Amino acid sequence: MTALGSWVHAHPDGIHIPDGDFWIDPSAPRDRALVTHGHADHARGGHGAVLATPETLDIMECRYGPQSGQPVRYGETLRLGGVDVRFVPAGHILGSAQIVMEKDGERVVVSGDYKRRPDPTCPPFEPVPCDVFVTEATFALPVFRHPDAADEARKLIAAARANPDRCVLAGAYALGKAQRLILELRSAGWDRPIHIHGALQRLCDLYRAHGIDLGDLRPVADAKKADLKGEIVLCPPSALNDRWSRRLPDPITAMASGWMRVRQRARQRNVELPLVISDHADWDELTATVTELDPEELWVTHGRDDALVHWRRSQQKKARALHLSGLEDEDD
Amino acid sequence: MRAFAELLERLVYTRSRNAKLKLIGDYLRSAPDPDRGWALAALTGELSLPGVKAGVIRQMVTERVDPDLFAMSYDYVGDLAETVALIWPAPPDAVLDAKPEALSLGETVERLSRLTRLDAPAALSAMLDRLDASERYAVLKLATGGMRVGVSARLAKTAFAQAVDLPVEDVEEVWHGIDAPYPALFAWGAGDGKRPDARGLPVFRPFMLAQPLEGEADLSDYAAEWKWDGVRVQLVRAGGQTRLYSRAGDDITGSFPEVAEAFLREGVADGELLVRGAGQGADAHGGAAASFNALQQRLNRKTVTKKMLAEHPAFVRLYDLLIDGERDVRTRPWTERRARLEAFAEGLDPERFDVSRLITAKDFDDLARLREGARESAIEGVMLKRRDSEYVAGRKAGLWYKWKRDPLTADCVLMYAQRGHGKRSSFYSDYTFGAWDSEGGLLPVGKAYFGFTDEELAWLDKFVRANTVGRFGPVREVEKTLVLEVAFDSIHESTRHKSGLSMRFPRIARIRTDKPAAEADRVETLKALIV
Ligand SMILES: [Zn+2]
Ligand SMILES: [Zn+2]
Repeated sequence: MTALGSWVHAHPDGIHIPDGDFWIDPSAPRDRALVTHGHADHARGGHGAVLATPETLDIMECRYGPQSGQPVRYGETLRLGGVDVRFVPAGHILGSAQIVMEKDGERVVVSGDYKRRPDPTCPPFEPVPCDVFVTEATFALPVFRHPDAADEARKLIAAARANPDRCVLAGAYALGKAQRLILELRSAGWDRPIHIHGALQRLCDLYRAHGIDLGDLRPVADAKKADLKGEIVLCPPSALNDRWSRRLPDPITAMASGWMRVRQRARQRNVELPLVISDHADWDELTATVTELDPEELWVTHGRDDALVHWRRSQQKKARALHLSGLEDEDD
Repeated sequence: MRAFAELLERLVYTRSRNAKLKLIGDYLRSAPDPDRGWALAALTGELSLPGVKAGVIRQMVTERVDPDLFAMSYDYVGDLAETVALIWPAPPDAVLDAKPEALSLGETVERLSRLTRLDAPAALSAMLDRLDASERYAVLKLATGGMRVGVSARLAKTAFAQAVDLPVEDVEEVWHGIDAPYPALFAWGAGDGKRPDARGLPVFRPFMLAQPLEGEADLSDYAAEWKWDGVRVQLVRAGGQTRLYSRAGDDITGSFPEVAEAFLREGVADGELLVRGAGQGADAHGGAAASFNALQQRLNRKTVTKKMLAEHPAFVRLYDLLIDGERDVRTRPWTERRARLEAFAEGLDPERFDVSRLITAKDFDDLARLREGARESAIEGVMLKRRDSEYVAGRKAGLWYKWKRDPLTADCVLMYAQRGHGKRSSFYSDYTFGAWDSEGGLLPVGKAYFGFTDEELAWLDKFVRANTVGRFGPVREVEKTLVLEVAFDSIHESTRHKSGLSMRFPRIARIRTDKPAAEADRVETLKALIV
């Protein structure tokens, strides 16, 4: 008997399926790439053909220019070589998908990045029972338990209201996190304009084009310093301590990220108001998902793989780390 | 517990000193007794709960959590209390359903202080089951000590003083005579209690400090002494015990046992801690002492070796007397205290103590000449003390002046820059500069992060960004083209920099865009300034 999933090859620079002649999230240019979602460590430019959800293709075109792509809708089944391929929602960001592959009666699911919490910008993660589950492990330590995102958004609003002479500057990853945070703020009752850094503009426009209503957004560049008092400003994390922030009235530095759960991490970044909001599964979500799917084997792509593998093995189940070096901890 | 946990949480993320003072002050004003007293003890590092050690906490947590997962988490987070607070699993529903009463900070401390090594794991576990993550963090920090929230003992005392509208010097003075949770202190602060009494205890009294002299002083009103470059210390002996305190009120007795053992007269004296040697001053100034560098070998040492005692023997050059026997003489004029000091010192070991020599000068011009002449002896400058002045805490105008000799300057080349903290975190505001060596290369000779105006800072920041040639984490290496005129008090040999030099109090005096980098100073030239 051959080993389970022997037709799925894990290389440091991506997952290769020779029988279907394609790669998943390759970090080097390939003739045919299946891309789980638009984050830069998963979706790179320069591939021959890209197969991804229509939303992911739009994101890639927005970042890298025109792609010779083939849009694949959630649920649609393709046959590539001898492999049946299907994209199902991963609940991570707009367009994010798990890739479900079947060959000779064996099913392998590559999760990409995912979470189990509700997210108004994308459909929820769809659990697909499988023989091999290929998971991420960004927050795979039991110290990572994300609180309710709505409560975190309320903290941000409270800080803005309590400081009418300052502004709150929140760092949020430009793709996904920023738009989700805007929606959380909207549903927590913040209907004032939200001022955004130039780097967020195009992706916010893209979300809008996909029917997601972000409310009144205004470029920071258009506002006078005094007019930003008491307001909420969003920027990518890299701009938080940059010169750019000098145009703002005495900003309170906030950051929306799962890493903010650890105090020293927040302090290192000079964050005064940490907001624990993540688009990745936390420890409880990861372990609950694996328990629910109960795959024969668990393969871990990136993150704290040693902890997740250790946990799964302690239940007498097979697990191993793939060490995909192209994938990183998103600043997320 | 909730309010204290919230205080710690907010302190962790607050960088500005004033904002910290306000947070602590608000808490101390609103929290009930004895909670606020225990909080103050925790923040000043005076709370000790010997029953709960790190080992107990590890044992407790690995009974609930897989030890390997705990180890990996601890490795990642880096702080024991925080790791345990975050990793603590939700308790069985039965515990939650029982709706246990919330423990106050006071009750928590009381329970923790009764624990022994044996019953601590179970009791602490039960306590953590009732708390959320940030309260767990607070309890574990209380238990292990060391809050790591960026608050020094002095800052916490200052916050208390401001909250009750007392001078912080008064609070520091009574501090060592009171015990947590400080009921007497809070009663005094609220105006319905006497000032706590420190008689018979070797407690710290706040220092009198000098202002920089601007203009001239009339020597019939002011006495002059040499300014020594050591560490200001207070020597206290009361109730048969001796203590040495630094300017911040830290007890440094343990680092200088030979001095403490020799201070055997009841009283409180103020002086300069120095090390025997020839780096500064001469017989004409009342005796030589080693440079500050030699003293540095003795600072911040937990254990003092015989070798250190032999190589760098310490002594104190006495400046003033605050308490003579049991008599508080701080309100007496300086002339009287000086006379008492001379008599007091008669009874002390001359190996370890002498009295700072007064300078005889005809008039101010004469003093200026003497001061200039003392540069050769590496003396920092001159102190002027008003003859009729009381010994008052802090830096009060018109009483004591320091008249440092003019700083030395050197033209150096900017090499590296690093971002600052707090308000300056978006600016490259810490500068490393160098001088030319004999092979035409630049060697770093010092680092400065003040001396410039806001406009100059903005200019320097722009220069750094536009001229970056390399990045190492938060540090940028720049094109070696900009000359900075650096002022400093003195320069010494040191192993810290490759140049073998280190400057004392370096600051950026001017930006010399007019000067080509090749014309900046050479390491050899700077070496010649060592005296
Ligand atoms: Zn992602
Ligand atoms: Zn990822």
